[in-house]
Amino acid sequence: MRALVIDDSKSMRLIVKRQLVTLGFDVVEAIHGRDGLAKLEADATIAVALVDWNMPEMNGLEFVQAVRADPRYQNLPMVMVTTEAESERVVQALDAGASEYVMKPFTPDDLRSKLELLALVP
Amino acid sequence: MNFLLALARDRAALAIEPGQEYLLSCRLAGVANQHKLASVEALVARLRMGRADALAQDTVDALTTNETSFFRDIHPYDALATQILPDLMARRRAARQLTIWCAACSSGQEPYSVAMTIRERVPELLTWRLRIIATDVSQAMVDRTRAGVFTQAEVNRGLPARMLTKYLSQQGTEWQVRPEVRGMIEVQRTNLVEPQPMTGCDLVLLRNVLIYFDAAGKRRVLDRVTRALAPDGLLMVGVSETLFDDRYDFRVVGRTYVYSPKGTAAAPALRGASQEKP
Ligand SMILES: C[S@@+](CC[C@H](N)C(=O)[O-])C[C@H]1O[C@@H](n2cnc3c(N)ncnc32)[C@H](O)[C@@H]1O
Ligand SMILES: [Mg+2]
Repeated sequence: MRALVIDDSKSMRLIVKRQLVTLGFDVVEAIHGRDGLAKLEADATIAVALVDWNMPEMNGLEFVQAVRADPRYQNLPMVMVTTEAESERVVQALDAGASEYVMKPFTPDDLRSKLELLALVP
Repeated sequence: MNFLLALARDRAALAIEPGQEYLLSCRLAGVANQHKLASVEALVARLRMGRADALAQDTVDALTTNETSFFRDIHPYDALATQILPDLMARRRAARQLTIWCAACSSGQEPYSVAMTIRERVPELLTWRLRIIATDVSQAMVDRTRAGVFTQAEVNRGLPARMLTKYLSQQGTEWQVRPEVRGMIEVQRTNLVEPQPMTGCDLVLLRNVLIYFDAAGKRRVLDRVTRALAPDGLLMVGVSETLFDDRYDFRVVGRTYVYSPKGTAAAPALRGASQEKP
């Protein structure tokens, strides 16, 4: 299964990528929301997106909104992975169309549990 | 060390294998420190003198493994919502009364996950006389369950984000279960190897605790649980556990094993369930 990891921090992308690879995913990376949209457009096999919130060009919330507005991606699971930890932020992300929410810092088990909720890992 | 192994066994029924004693010293160093004792040896000496009840309780707390999470293993909660609770309700429709016991509830994620599952997926039960009883041997865990306060790290694991914002409220860096959900849980301290106060439980969750007992301990705990269970009640253990006890039949519901005392009405009521191991 293919996952799109969108984060402006290279080291963060690496951390998320490592965990996803352990869970059996292969990973496409993007450096901000706009790059994420391009990667999504270019690869129809992407099955889930893991999205940072704070990024230049297009932030994670805008990315989630843009993706959900596109009829082709109505059912694409999207997980916010962010340092934003306010209850209001979680609500905002869910309202925008995020499927799940992981707060940084997180452990591999945390990420796995959220992907399990979305039935993306066995 | 033998004294500590015996305390672990008698107070918490924990089987600590020879060679694992280092586990004890690690965990107990903290307790010694907290009680201003110079060393684990000093702690043992104090315990041997007896009557050090707070110290003994803290020692038991430190010896127990409290690893848990919201919606741990997820599938058992699907089984609860789609089949186990509906089947129990079909059999209890006249009395409209159901008792669920989370034995070994640790810090509370399990009973609160049960409560949230009911609110979300089996709301009719909220109009019944529903009891969710949560117990643990550790006073610290009992207190935590009652408070229903969880760290960011704890809510980050297993808890659907939508339920987080719906059923917990944020207080600084912590999150507390809202009163309407906390009010669904009765919390008590009980030791599973001793006689249990509850009887007539329709469903017992005995998950990820039997693994800590030796064979004799397991048998004692199962005796207690069987006595607390209604004659046609159901028992769930952890997903990686198998109950080898010839007093129980099992069924597979989805990916979850559900046990019922042999020769009771419970087994056939689990429609669509199979006796095959997946
Ligand atoms: C690993 S946790 C399991 C928590 C939860 N049931 C789950 O599956 O996530 C084990 C719990 O069993 C409790 N425990 C250990 N010995 C016990 C005993 N003799 N009586 C009651 N609880 C006990 C521990 O305090 C701990 O909270
Ligand atoms: Mg960022």
